[in-house]
Amino acid sequence: MNFITNNNDPLILDGHTFNSRFILGSGKFSLKLIQTVMEYGGSEIATIALRRANADSPENILDFIPKNITLLPNTSGARNAEEAVRIARLSRELGCGDFVKIEVIHDSKYLLPDNEETIKATKILAKEGFIVLPYMYPDLISARKLVDAGAAAVMPLGAPIGSNRGLLTKDFIKILIEEIPLPIIVDAGIGSPSQACEAMELGASAVMANTAIATADDCASMAKAFRLAIEAGRTAYLAKLGRVLDKGAEASSPLTGFLQD
Amino acid sequence: MTVNGEFIELSSPIDLKTFLESQGYNINRIAVEINYEIIPKSTYQNVILSEKDVLEIVSFMGGG
Repeated sequence: MNFITNNNDPLILDGHTFNSRFILGSGKFSLKLIQTVMEYGGSEIATIALRRANADSPENILDFIPKNITLLPNTSGARNAEEAVRIARLSRELGCGDFVKIEVIHDSKYLLPDNEETIKATKILAKEGFIVLPYMYPDLISARKLVDAGAAAVMPLGAPIGSNRGLLTKDFIKILIEEIPLPIIVDAGIGSPSQACEAMELGASAVMANTAIATADDCASMAKAFRLAIEAGRTAYLAKLGRVLDKGAEASSPLTGFLQD
Repeated sequence: MTVNGEFIELSSPIDLKTFLESQGYNINRIAVEINYEIIPKSTYQNVILSEKDVLEIVSFMGGG
């Protein structure tokens, strides 16, 4: 029997290794809460967004995220590849590394990503040395194009952003896990620890969540619950789930030696 | 001059570094684009602003 511990099972993104498979989005939190939530969640990667600066507000999120955390700026607000590239370059100029989560959205009702523009932006930014993590609609053909474009991972959505509705795209995420030779990070829509656990059991490499944590009553405890669920799901995936019977039953106890006859 | 979408009148020639400091920006926490071109931080004091410039001054915030 192989006994598996999570200690020797890092998440690897373009050569960078992480012990945590829980990526935390930093939106919707009060700045003072972020560090506690990150500690409870055990996250080593946090997403952040780029916006017009306000000269009147001295507080900056970078002063509230622990220094050992890898920052993953997103390109939220970008409506096409060109804008995503512009936001990514500005983010890198802020001196927080080469990671970027590409997010190209021009559908304001469902906030669904534009895979085609995302592929274009990925190609440009990967060539410029960025470690590109594209957020995408889970479509196999687009995912293959993202691989060719130089993505370091693929981030398919489970459900619309901020919806907390879970793995609505489960079957298609499974296809990506089977076919795409890059880490698959389930992003968007994951609303509960059980859903995060299920994504990991399927073989996702990591889960990203923000709204599920930020809209919980007790954000820190919910971050902890996600951490445990993600670890459980990962361990179950590595342990390989037992088989499922199509019908009938199979006794777990011996069928001989009964106290009768 | 346009700064983050708002018009600001330039009374006299001023360099980017002085302008940003006078407005209260924390230079370590921002990136600046002038007319769609990113300005490297090390050159802020050499960049003289003109009336026609369009500035974008950005920083990080919370986001998923």
